[in-house]
Amino acid sequence: MEVVQIQRNLVDYTKSLFMEGFLDGQFLQLQQLQDESNPDFVAEVVSLFFDDSQKLLNELTIALDQPIVDFKKVDAHVHQLKGSSSSIGAQKVKNACIAFRNFCEVQNIEGCLTCLQQVKLEYYLAKNKFETLFRLEQQIVASGGSIPMIEMGF
Amino acid sequence: MFKHVKSRNFLHNFPPFFFLGLEFGSVFREMNSSSGKVYMSTASSSAGWKAGDAAAADQFPAGLRVLVVDDDPTCLMILEKMLRTCLYEVTKCNRAATALSMLRENKNGFDIVISDVHMPDMDGFKLLEHIGLEMDLPVIMMSADDGKHVVMKGVTHGACDYLIKPVRIEALKNIWQHVVRKRKNEWKDFEQSGSVEEGDQQLKHSEDAGYSSSANEGNWKSSKRRKDDEDETDERDDTSTLKKPRVVWSVELHQQFVVAVNQLGIDKAVPKKILELMNVPGLTRENVASHLQKYRLYLRRLSGVSQHPSNLNNTFMSPQDATFGPLSSLNVLDLQTLAATGQLPAQSLATLEAAGLGRPTGKSGLPVPLVDQRNFFSFENPKLRFGEGQQHVNNNKQMNLLHGIPTTMEPKQLAGLHHGAQSMGNMNMQVTSHAPQSSQNNPLLMQMAQPQARGQMLNDSSLGHAPRLLSPMGQPILSNGIAANVLLETGFKKISEPLVIIQFRRTLRC
Repeated sequence: MEVVQIQRNLVDYTKSLFMEGFLDGQFLQLQQLQDESNPDFVAEVVSLFFDDSQKLLNELTIALDQPIVDFKKVDAHVHQLKGSSSSIGAQKVKNACIAFRNFCEVQNIEGCLTCLQQVKLEYYLAKNKFETLFRLEQQIVASGGSIPMIEMGF
Repeated sequence: MFKHVKSRNFLHNFPPFFFLGLEFGSVFREMNSSSGKVYMSTASSSAGWKAGDAAAADQFPAGLRVLVVDDDPTCLMILEKMLRTCLYEVTKCNRAATALSMLRENKNGFDIVISDVHMPDMDGFKLLEHIGLEMDLPVIMMSADDGKHVVMKGVTHGACDYLIKPVRIEALKNIWQHVVRKRKNEWKDFEQSGSVEEGDQQLKHSEDAGYSSSANEGNWKSSKRRKDDEDETDERDDTSTLKKPRVVWSVELHQQFVVAVNQLGIDKAVPKKILELMNVPGLTRENVASHLQKYRLYLRRLSGVSQHPSNLNNTFMSPQDATFGPLSSLNVLDLQTLAATGQLPAQSLATLEAAGLGRPTGKSGLPVPLVDQRNFFSFENPKLRFGEGQQHVNNNKQMNLLHGIPTTMEPKQLAGLHHGAQSMGNMNMQVTSHAPQSSQNNPLLMQMAQPQARGQMLNDSSLGHAPRLLSPMGQPILSNGIAANVLLETGFKKISEPLVIIQFRRTLRC
């Protein structure tokens, strides 16, 4: 496939992620931070996010599994997850965290468990999307092309 | 003149509490000459910046030394990149404790701190207070939490700004303004108090104290002259090249300060008198004045906390009834003593009244049902073993509320102190970390003393989430002086005279 085609695919794909709400403007901020001196910055940060949040999700699972749930702890974890997901622009994950926190506040275990499931789902979806994105980028770079900057009109 | 100040290390030769702050001008000049900065060409960083300009003043705020603290690695990485894009010199840290020790080791090594609010080892607001008291650096708080309550906390704790995550680079570009503003305000304080003759006096003091290197005097004079010269100049240049002596409030110094304030009584404690009492060579009235201001804020905040009993319950530790007996008798004595010194804050008064405290009249046998205090204070008990507790609750002048002098305290120690109660740990940290910023009205400073070897701690955290009551757990009232690093040792072993003092400004009314 021609580089141009892959580039076009990348642009379309990225735009669709924005349209569907997987990504928000913060992701653009990240992209703008990437430059020649740091060409893998976005991929690194995103990868760091996924590793770190995997741990958080594990902690959350354990915490909610306790006979007596420590909601403060759960809330703290969710809060952190919210912060980091919002920092990379993973909008759906962030939104799921917001809903989760509401249930934590009222100490609703069932609600929390449901939210945890939701967050995990969003996490995996997002991970998938990012992986596709980076794969496209790698293909472009491997073919000698440059990664197009997305200009979002919205 | 600045040649004398060759590097930051130079400053370490001075006695801890008095050295000249390194201001931007010289730093940038050195940095420029030595490092040959490369300017980034990214669009975002050059917007609005004179990136290509070689003049030192114009380079500012490039090179601003930022310490960023956040336990979230993703955010930390992003922030670091953003800050570097802004041409700042970034140090990142994922633990508040580490950040604090970095700051302490290198008191003049940073210009501004950015810290997350929620961190596992220490509450961001605690860190904020520590920094405000010990290093007097501007601190920006940040959080994904944008609730009004939290932002307000930032304000009351003295943060110079509050950023909501996700942080955008635009928000970071302007953080230098906080550094400049602070410096300007400090200069203003300095000038206003008739800096001229005090400057001379200070020189003299310096000489007397024997640490006047020619650099010192030279810098001082030059900085004054420079200040005069630069009155006309551009604001930015002005502040960026101003040399300002910065006093670092070490534990010992703060201790002396508190002693002086207590002696005078918080109402009557004016900088001039405090300065006289402290009798510290090289310290100026302005230094004391600005420190006093912070101290008052701290105290005001304490009393503000004490007025919200609803906050108390969150981290309320289940009190152990057995302890109430001895505690009450202790407190009674404390109250008496404190009352005798005439230091009872009205608001803490209200709290205690509500708790059913009676009026300390200087006689023993206060009929205070201190058990009721449970509602407000929870006591962590024998776990906190204070060395020999006795009541050195006495009027003696050295009623030294060592709160907020935790420089030698590691937060870890604090955390280690309590066995088990998380809130206690928080409290501990809060407690010692407190930068005493007093308000005239409500210095609710509590020090607990135990007549027995067990110590009890007033659970700070029971007074609200940002309780600042106790600074020092087991702070000894010293008849013989306080070892600042006594404060929180695991198990309080080091505390020789643990003590609970509730300091009040006015006498309690029954």
